Amino acid sequence: MRVAREQVGRIAELACLALDETERETMACTLNAILDYVELLERVDTSDVPAMAHVLPPWDAMREDEPGPTLSPEEWLDHVPSRTGPFPMVPRFVEE
Amino acid sequence: MQLRDGVLCLAEGMRRGECSAVELAKAALERIALLDDALGCFLTVTPETALAQAEAVDRARARREDLTVLAGIPMALKDNLCTRGIATTCASRVLEGYAPPYDATAWTRLRSAGAVLVGKNNMDEFAMGSSTENSAFGPVANPWDLERVPGGSSGGSAAAVAAGEVVYALGSDTGGSVRQPAAFTGVVGLKPTYGRVSRHGLVAFASSLDQVGPIARTVADCALILQVIAGRDPLDASSVPVDVPDYRAMLEAGVRGLRIGVPREYFGPGVDPGVADCVREALDVLVGQGATAEECSLPHTGYGLAAYYLLAPAEASSNLARYDGVRYGRRADGRHTPRELYALSRGQGFGPEVKRRLMLGTYALSSGYYEAYYLKAQKVRTLVSRDFQAAFERFDLVAGPTTPDVAFRRGECSGDPLKLYMADALTIPANLAGLPAISVPCGFSRSLPVGLQLVGRAFDEGTLLRAGHASQQAASQWRRSPPVAAGGKGAAT
Repeated sequence: MRVAREQVGRIAELACLALDETERETMACTLNAILDYVELLERVDTSDVPAMAHVLPPWDAMREDEPGPTLSPEEWLDHVPSRTGPFPMVPRFVEE
Repeated sequence: MQLRDGVLCLAEGMRRGECSAVELAKAALERIALLDDALGCFLTVTPETALAQAEAVDRARARREDLTVLAGIPMALKDNLCTRGIATTCASRVLEGYAPPYDATAWTRLRSAGAVLVGKNNMDEFAMGSSTENSAFGPVANPWDLERVPGGSSGGSAAAVAAGEVVYALGSDTGGSVRQPAAFTGVVGLKPTYGRVSRHGLVAFASSLDQVGPIARTVADCALILQVIAGRDPLDASSVPVDVPDYRAMLEAGVRGLRIGVPREYFGPGVDPGVADCVREALDVLVGQGATAEECSLPHTGYGLAAYYLLAPAEASSNLARYDGVRYGRRADGRHTPRELYALSRGQGFGPEVKRRLMLGTYALSSGYYEAYYLKAQKVRTLVSRDFQAAFERFDLVAGPTTPDVAFRRGECSGDPLKLYMADALTIPANLAGLPAISVPCGFSRSLPVGLQLVGRAFDEGTLLRAGHASQQAASQWRRSPPVAAGGKGAAT
């Protein structure tokens, strides 16, 4: 087994996902089944093959550094789940 | 006049005064009201927007303004394309009720061309799936058999076009999500070259693979839509400054002299014999019109699926990190630390398939596993791309089935993600290589539609459209209407 049940908790922590006990159990099984399948890539000799960085030849995607139109702060803040005035509300993360 | 008549016919009807844009919009809305309880293609229907846009087109026509062929034609957008002030949920509880403050560029361009938006289509949550069973708001049924899936992840868009609820729709294709549902529902689906169509306003899944593409009943309609949405967009740095040719003018060029490579790997074990027969017959028709077809090999095809299911989840795990319950979207109730808030908001909001892929992607990128999984997959991606480069030294197109089999029954693959992933095995290679590809209906196996897939050189959508159009013109099966159980009986018009 590539991913032990305990490891699922660590991966979920890295992925910032709260999983319940049943989900952790199922996740270990499905992740291992998928990882067993992708093991077939080991059969491919890639010793002299570069990793793909971009599917197309690179081009100059830079633009002039000029200001353009943008949304107003109010339009952006309209979607914040919790706010006070012009500020998004978040849980306290600095101790008093 | 029916919505299934297609863009050109309806545009001509409006020009002659045989119908108006408002009448077409009402026809689409009535059809959605009649069929969509059974089909589930729409997450949001926008009657006010549609009628206002249609009235504007009719007024412009009355003033004798120049109008595009898309003006007044009712259409829909997959629900991962941002629409200002209109809900864009990606079929996820995480974005339930979210109405973006801006439009996707592809939609901006269509709207400027006079398109009439009747609603947003159901899909697999965050475009992760091949059956549209992974929507948080319920599955979509295949108009050809309501017990079967329409494919995915753009299943709502493809089924809506197949059932004649709209004339066309825009979907997105990361590993086959436009072509596979198009094949399963008997319509045309085009994935343009990576960079051909702006991704601005397309909610990101796997950014090196995602591409917006049209779904319509005919290749000719897809050409008209691509004409409008293609081209460089300053808002998407990955959109490429390459000229957009006149696709409509290229349609009638025929296939005489076209060299088609037929990879033997696309007809291997796992491909249904009925599907293979349909595709071979369609290729014979093109040969009869002057093309040549010769067997070839894309030797790394069998590794594409495995590479994709490492790369796409890895990119998704990064892209979907933005759904933290702070700036927009679902926020978990109660008092929590920031870390708990993120994890609970995401844990409560994402569905099982999204969680699975986020976990897989996080694992593949995590310390100690990056080289074995992510880097290895990127190297295999290079080899898949080289296979195509070699083929295109000898051929103008590569052709094969879009899917290994016809549409499967709902629930048949649930509980076995790998079995479901196999439905993408033949579409994924074009995404890995960034190449344009199209699925064109080419017959039926067990009374269900089969798709012929054509893959072309980068930015050579014109040749794909030309060959696809020739194939469609020579056949008549695609004109058949799917039986749609409206109230248990009846057939689609």
